[in-house]
Amino acid sequence: MSNVPTELKYTKSHEWVRTETDGSITVGITDHAQELLGDMVFIELPETEANYTAGDECAVVESVKAASDVYSPITGEVIAINEELADAPETVNEDAFDTGWMFKMQPEDAGEIDELMSAEAYAELIAEEEH
Amino acid sequence: MSPSPSLAQRTPLYAQHLAAEAKMVDFAGWEMPIHYGSQLEEHHQVRNDAGMFDVSHMVVLDITGSDATDFLRYLLANDVARIQTPGKALYSCLLNERGGVIDDLIVYFMAEDKYRMVVNAATRDKDLTWIRQQVLSPHKKGRNVKIRERDDLAMIAVQGPNARDKTHAALGANINAARELKPFFAADCNDSKSDLFVARTGYTGEDGYEIILPAEQASATWEALLAAGVKPIGLGARDTLRLEAGMNLYGQDMDEDVSPLEAGLNWTVAFTPEDRDFIGRAALTQQKTDGPANKLVGLILEDRGVLRAHQKVITEHGEGEITSGSFSPTLGKSIALARVPTAATEHCQVEIRGKQLAARIVKYPFARNGKSLFD
Repeated sequence: MSNVPTELKYTKSHEWVRTETDGSITVGITDHAQELLGDMVFIELPETEANYTAGDECAVVESVKAASDVYSPITGEVIAINEELADAPETVNEDAFDTGWMFKMQPEDAGEIDELMSAEAYAELIAEEEH
Repeated sequence: MSPSPSLAQRTPLYAQHLAAEAKMVDFAGWEMPIHYGSQLEEHHQVRNDAGMFDVSHMVVLDITGSDATDFLRYLLANDVARIQTPGKALYSCLLNERGGVIDDLIVYFMAEDKYRMVVNAATRDKDLTWIRQQVLSPHKKGRNVKIRERDDLAMIAVQGPNARDKTHAALGANINAARELKPFFAADCNDSKSDLFVARTGYTGEDGYEIILPAEQASATWEALLAAGVKPIGLGARDTLRLEAGMNLYGQDMDEDVSPLEAGLNWTVAFTPEDRDFIGRAALTQQKTDGPANKLVGLILEDRGVLRAHQKVITEHGEGEITSGSFSPTLGKSIALARVPTAATEHCQVEIRGKQLAARIVKYPFARNGKSLFD
């Protein structure tokens, strides 16, 4: 059973979102997602200052097996990316919810974050997928 | 992830896969292990030590009868007359009249009237239909050839620099007859307890064995190998290992519309002796005279990214396509096999998600016997 931290918000497409004290958000893919994808070998991150609408493809994670899109969980601007992942994509396998974060965004409307899935709802979603 | 279809077949080693916590997937109608935790670790395990693959889904055919040699000389693009030594193996394509590849296979000579052939699981039905049609084709009428599918057998491939030593340790006197085998030879190893057909062949670019054995002996043999330190390896690592070794995968690097001459398999077509009639000969002879339009090459990506099948390759001499691509764990870079215009050399661009990335055109294999062949 995958780990689903209760303090985070989630999307159906397996991104996690953490709200920071300054109102920005940090985004990554869930432990469940990294487990399905397998060993990461390349991660293509968005450019900083790029603007995305919720649901836009904004990054790509490539495991040995396949390439998979990562979607912007909300509408806003990318303000930072995790440069460490360029040389150590396996960090996403090892620590998906912390050092394996992918990018930070400044949301256009903070209200959008509240509409994301709770940990409980996400845990239900992956339980359904597994059966 | 979609659940495995309930109709999928299971090999005699299904319980062993579950016990080793395999992630099971549907492959050609079989429930097979894709990995047992980490595909990368499994890949390195085979390059550096020893790993084993359940390949019981592959199809074993015994071809017997006084006309078996003549029949196979007509059926296959390579010439079984080259292997008239007991146990000797030959890689060949099975061609259609257009010179397209129906399947690739290994055939073992056991005796003049007895051969064993191993073909792909995904092509089982069409291979059997085609082969049986050829036995019955009008100008072969009355020939004494029998094709028997051995679905009573399982198959385990043990591969890696320590694979043979560990197999000897695990199976002891049972495989004495295999110890002195040269590469690409097989031997029957029978005693009161077991009945193993052991071949020094494989699909990884490493030394090792492929062991064909009765289904009911598969789990005990697997457990003995496991106890000797041979780790289970999934189909995921099997694919990256064969790609690094520059070995074609049927359905990906060649198919019925591609000739062996455009798939880097010229060496497997025996044009001599000139009086041997084989299926596809006329088409290949024509293609050889005209010069094939395309060739299969290796690519190493110089930019960051991962090469994948069907990405477009742009060369000075026209466009091509990647047929197999992945990340190479041994090189630490992305590699691919690609079909490109015959004149293309040295450099090309690969289109990945709308961007053109630089790649080097190379001669494969990329890695063999534990080592990268490139810097």
